[in-house]
Amino acid sequence: MNEPTSETRGPEGPRAVEELARDPGSRKRFLKMVGGASAASAFSIFVAACNSDDGGGEDRSSGDSGGRSGESPGSGAASTRQPNADPREGTSDLEILNYALKLEQLEAAFYAAVIDSGLIKGSQLAMVKKFGSHERQHRETLETTISNLGGTPVEPAKVRFPIGTAKGVLTLAATIENAGAGAYLGQANRIRDKEVLAAALSIHSVEARHAATLNELVGRPFAPQGSFAAPLTMEEVLTSVQTFIVT
Amino acid sequence: MRHATLAVPELGTVEVRGMTRQAFILRSALAAGAVYGIGTVGPFVGQALAQNKSGAEGDLEVLNFALTLEFLEAEFYRRALELDLSPAAMALARTLGQHERDHVSALQETINSLDGTPVKAPTVEFPMKNEQAFLKLAQTFEETGVSAYNGAAPRIESREVLAAAGQIAQIEARHAAAIRGARGEVTAPNAFDESLEMAQVLEAVQPFVKS
Repeated sequence: MNEPTSETRGPEGPRAVEELARDPGSRKRFLKMVGGASAASAFSIFVAACNSDDGGGEDRSSGDSGGRSGESPGSGAASTRQPNADPREGTSDLEILNYALKLEQLEAAFYAAVIDSGLIKGSQLAMVKKFGSHERQHRETLETTISNLGGTPVEPAKVRFPIGTAKGVLTLAATIENAGAGAYLGQANRIRDKEVLAAALSIHSVEARHAATLNELVGRPFAPQGSFAAPLTMEEVLTSVQTFIVT
Repeated sequence: MRHATLAVPELGTVEVRGMTRQAFILRSALAAGAVYGIGTVGPFVGQALAQNKSGAEGDLEVLNFALTLEFLEAEFYRRALELDLSPAAMALARTLGQHERDHVSALQETINSLDGTPVKAPTVEFPMKNEQAFLKLAQTFEETGVSAYNGAAPRIESREVLAAAGQIAQIEARHAAAIRGARGEVTAPNAFDESLEMAQVLEAVQPFVKS
């Protein structure tokens, strides 16, 4: 619980130890209020989906340019900002923004790979293109925001996705979008700057729309967690997307 | 700010019965007075929800605002069940209605836990006679809900309340996408969702409030 917050942990231990995870009292009250929808259960679903064989085919690589990087979101950038005064807060806005940027880079690269694969056609292709365009806009906005705050946007990682069948691709898209929505939700109450928060929220609900749309397309409930969406921690998300990062 | 987005045609056709915008805001203010003490009502009315409260009072203001919206949505979906809907639309009305009722309960509990007083459910009226009208209005409400939460959430100071609001906001966004899909519309029209100020939202839903 009183684990010191380290700024220098390596990739094996993401520094973002969630406040809720460190504060059982807060977490208990929170979970009670929201009727038991827990991040843990959401994460189980996410991992199960990632590990399923929905892809059903050969891996095709796709990648943004740039080498492997960005294991530590915001490293080198956080020093441009005052340390957080709130002792509960372990992550700066810049770190959160770079974390979001990593996810948007990954999503944008994913949609680019999907379009390149030629597996998706017609109205579904139009949808994929639209969602891909949204992710690119999110990426650009985050990069600009990070720069404006005096930070350094992370370089995109080289990524690789299992792309085999149309159904598999759309299922993976649903999984990624649901995780993206959970990722933004998990950070919303950790962002300090109100303008950054407003921007993150305006992206969060769009990721949720993507997730709901893709869920329905692959025969899942549009809101699989019911009345309250579950947040995902930075550690959970980064661990699970690691499978797409080419090292 | 982006007030024009609320000028959706169906809002203009809504039957208004004996409720002016001023009366609605006054009613909201009186409800708020119960929460914050009557001395706050004057400025509250004068500024028509200027949203300049801070701290726990500000959080309660946002929570009661959200509760009003959720009451309205929950009742909307309840009334929709009385229509002759297709199985798909009926399923949507049931699922979304359940979610909104859960949101109502969660918001009431949260307000109580903060020693606030939850507002009462408004009496509402919806111009809705068939499935087409239901889906169209549902889209209006859900889109308004998304923008309302996105606009109000940054004002929340408590991290717990903000987390809870975010959990609800995401569901409203999923609702908006589902309803749009059911209407054959693009489910995520923009890369960034808009936000609305509380006063704008209350003005948008005012036509549906009878008393």
